[in-house]
Amino acid sequence: MANSPAPIGGCGSGICCGKGKETFKAGVWVTNPIAIQILGICSALAVTTTLMNSLVMSIALTFVCVGSNLFVSLLRDVTPRRVRMIAEVAIIATFVIIFDLLLKAFYFEMSEQLGPYVGLIITNCIVMGRAEAFALQNPPVVSMLDGFANGIGYTIVLCSVGFFRELLGAGQLFGYTIMETVANKGWYPQNVVMILAPGAFITLGFLIALYNYMSGANDPDKETSP
Amino acid sequence: MSEVSPWVILIASIFTSNILLTNFLGMCSFLACSRQVGTALGLGTAVVFVMICTAALNWCIYTYVLIPLGIEHLWFIIAIAVIAAFVQFVEMFVERFSPTLYHALGIFLPLITVNCAILGASLLMITRHYGFLQSVAFGFGGGVGWMLAIVLMAGLRQKMTYSDVPRPFKGVAVVMIITGIMAMIFMGFAGMVKI
Repeated sequence: MANSPAPIGGCGSGICCGKGKETFKAGVWVTNPIAIQILGICSALAVTTTLMNSLVMSIALTFVCVGSNLFVSLLRDVTPRRVRMIAEVAIIATFVIIFDLLLKAFYFEMSEQLGPYVGLIITNCIVMGRAEAFALQNPPVVSMLDGFANGIGYTIVLCSVGFFRELLGAGQLFGYTIMETVANKGWYPQNVVMILAPGAFITLGFLIALYNYMSGANDPDKETSP
Repeated sequence: MSEVSPWVILIASIFTSNILLTNFLGMCSFLACSRQVGTALGLGTAVVFVMICTAALNWCIYTYVLIPLGIEHLWFIIAIAVIAAFVQFVEMFVERFSPTLYHALGIFLPLITVNCAILGASLLMITRHYGFLQSVAFGFGGGVGWMLAIVLMAGLRQKMTYSDVPRPFKGVAVVMIITGIMAMIFMGFAGMVKI
């Protein structure tokens, strides 16, 4: 295990080569897949109309990411370099199909609501990116951890977007009424645009700006043109 | 099978239900390649072409191969395999027969395999039970709609080089918010047609 090339830090001892903590921190915060690497935006925007949908989608992505990272990593020594993309796509698609069938069998209504976006996890750049950038060079256990960490990073962003959109757009959270809307003789005038497409773009835009503000990204030394 | 006319689907998928602005498909390459109008135009053209062809191809495979064999659950893996193979084929074909086009389009072709708008169009047309002509119209309209959005955004971003954006908003954040405003504007077309 200690012989494999390590892109992040040196190889220590133990089952995660002693870099479990760094890997986890990188996936969740430092190189957060959505806020920093701007990967997997499509689903982050499409399914976040309610908090519940966001949560199910996050579970789906975490599941696929952990599973595909494990298998890509296990097969990394026997996969010829030239066909690695096809191999990765096949592994990812398999896990997506497993999840899709599970969802259809146990939570059919949820599967109807998520529609084609579960299938679109195949082209979600987070999964592909982690397989390509991490699992190909690292042993299985730490690859699984990396997939899990990125899944959590994705979950945090998705659930925040879902939280604001459902709260401001429908006055509800997880389907329970938090703010009584005017339509139901309450006081909160519904902001329908938050549920529609533009609300998704604008919420995510502000969240990324907030992340940049908190993490001090975009400082004058490494300024890029907008 | 739905009864909507292919023309309605064509117009609707360009304006009222733009694949990028209402279905959020193809965001990654939209954000990465919308810095310059020329690049955006090149990528857009490639997307339109690949989308029409894969929509037609995938529809035929789904209807004439997967349904008779009863293996619809393998649809995802087949769809992405068809797209990847088609893109590879087009790349080789263009390289062999038109080197000029290859140099103009070449670098964008591999990017297209992972453009979720292409796979999204294929999955959506099956979910919506489109017929063959409707699917082709949807592929064409979806591609043109995507190209329209990315070219408009590239124009805006070129202008924006000269504006003073607040620091935390620089980069992707402001592009997202502009896309949101664009999506609102496109919602104004909603009265035109309905699908």
